[in-house]
Amino acid sequence: MFIMKDFNSTAQKIIFFNCLIILNLFIGCNNNTSIENDLQNPVISHLEDKQNVEIAVSRPPFSDEYIFPCSECHADMEVNIEPRILEMHEEIVESYNHDSENRWCLACHDANTRDSLRLASGKLLDFKKSYKLCGQCHGDKLRDWKVGVHGKRSGDWNGKKQYLLCVHCHDPHSPHFKKLKPDPPPVKEEDIDSIE
Amino acid sequence: MQKGKNNSRRDFLKKLSLGIGGSAVALSACNSPDFDDFLQKNFKTLSKEDIDEIILNLEKKYSEKYGKKFSVSAEPAIDNTLFGYALDLSRCIGCRRCVYACVDENNQSRDPQIHWITVLQMDKEKGIDYMHSDIHYNPELVPEEGHFYVPVACQQCANPPCVKVCPATATWQEPDGIVVVDYNWCIGCRYCMAACPYGARHFNWSEPIVPDEEMNPISHYLGNRPRPKGVVEKCTFCIQRVREGKYPSCVEICPTGSRKFGNMLDPESEIRYILENKRVLVLKAELNTQPNFYYFFGV
Repeated sequence: MFIMKDFNSTAQKIIFFNCLIILNLFIGCNNNTSIENDLQNPVISHLEDKQNVEIAVSRPPFSDEYIFPCSECHADMEVNIEPRILEMHEEIVESYNHDSENRWCLACHDANTRDSLRLASGKLLDFKKSYKLCGQCHGDKLRDWKVGVHGKRSGDWNGKKQYLLCVHCHDPHSPHFKKLKPDPPPVKEEDIDSIE
Repeated sequence: MQKGKNNSRRDFLKKLSLGIGGSAVALSACNSPDFDDFLQKNFKTLSKEDIDEIILNLEKKYSEKYGKKFSVSAEPAIDNTLFGYALDLSRCIGCRRCVYACVDENNQSRDPQIHWITVLQMDKEKGIDYMHSDIHYNPELVPEEGHFYVPVACQQCANPPCVKVCPATATWQEPDGIVVVDYNWCIGCRYCMAACPYGARHFNWSEPIVPDEEMNPISHYLGNRPRPKGVVEKCTFCIQRVREGKYPSCVEICPTGSRKFGNMLDPESEIRYILENKRVLVLKAELNTQPNFYYFFGV
């Protein structure tokens, strides 16, 4: 019996890690799909009825460190709603900088339904509509984003447009826009060779 | 003495007539496209048939020269369209992605280097102050503390001083607000460069160099088609893209979404929303150039 149990847990571990690898591959592949592909699956419906403009948003980005669906691991874990510093999700814990004094994981993630986000009202929210969650605090940004002033729009100025979600540009756990290496400055006048 | 003088006059007339005859023969024998180029009328006065023929010749010439299929559009302005641009100064981080996206899209010369967009780094304490701005900033990462960035290209003025000074009528404003140059009519006097208060016009001091493989073959006659030596060029809001309904390439590339573009006559456009709801400014408003390029603070 004892041996059996041990075997079971080992098998479980193997299956679990296999799942992890497959999931990682799956997520990795999805990251590579072009934005054009995502255009075929518009996810914002309430904006579409405005004129004939069809607005599509590509899926939220998950980096390699993230594993989705979260329930893969969390389904079997006991729920502890006490705010604390986690031992898991090291990268997020280290970089977390989003009103970290007053907020932690469960301010946005739902404790019981891990694959959903949670609005302040308690309503569950799909990850694809995360902009609604951000808009709870950043209402002015949401308003500007909806009319195409905040955030990036690409495509046709008089037709189909591609929106990016808040989380495409802002890491939700550390939302300040990351600095970039600038492209090279123009040639200085004194460095220009005389023209023959 | 008298005789000699008459002879020399006769000689002169003879030589003159020979000369004229000779050059006429030379002219009639010359049917090269370059010669057609030389006699070509101003683009604005060309008939539809003339334009079609010119476009066909250019496409053939460029396709052969660059070894790929080249298209040259002469797409006219879209009705009821006046293009406007707005740039969010609170979001631009000065990464210069737009500068090089523009170079790639619009076939600017790599050497000598021509950039239609110049990004000015300014001091937050000084505000918009051209005298103390820096265009050669090159830190490891941007934005730098205490600075903001003002990318400047053609402001597509509604009252364009560059157009007024052109002695050859080689540059003009299109009905959709884009100021364009007919490279075949530009005589290279550079008066427009002196007149432009934004430094937005650039001169081809030598034959522009663009590697064949980097040449963008989708072009517009009044925009990004290959330019010869000795003419002035400038931003056209990517005329080859926007007249097909697409955003300019600087809008497409901007990683911060600071660049906004649209039809100012369309009340539903984002550019109209910005003009109606945000605080906007134009550069050097005191010169009454009336730019169609606005800057705003999105936050």
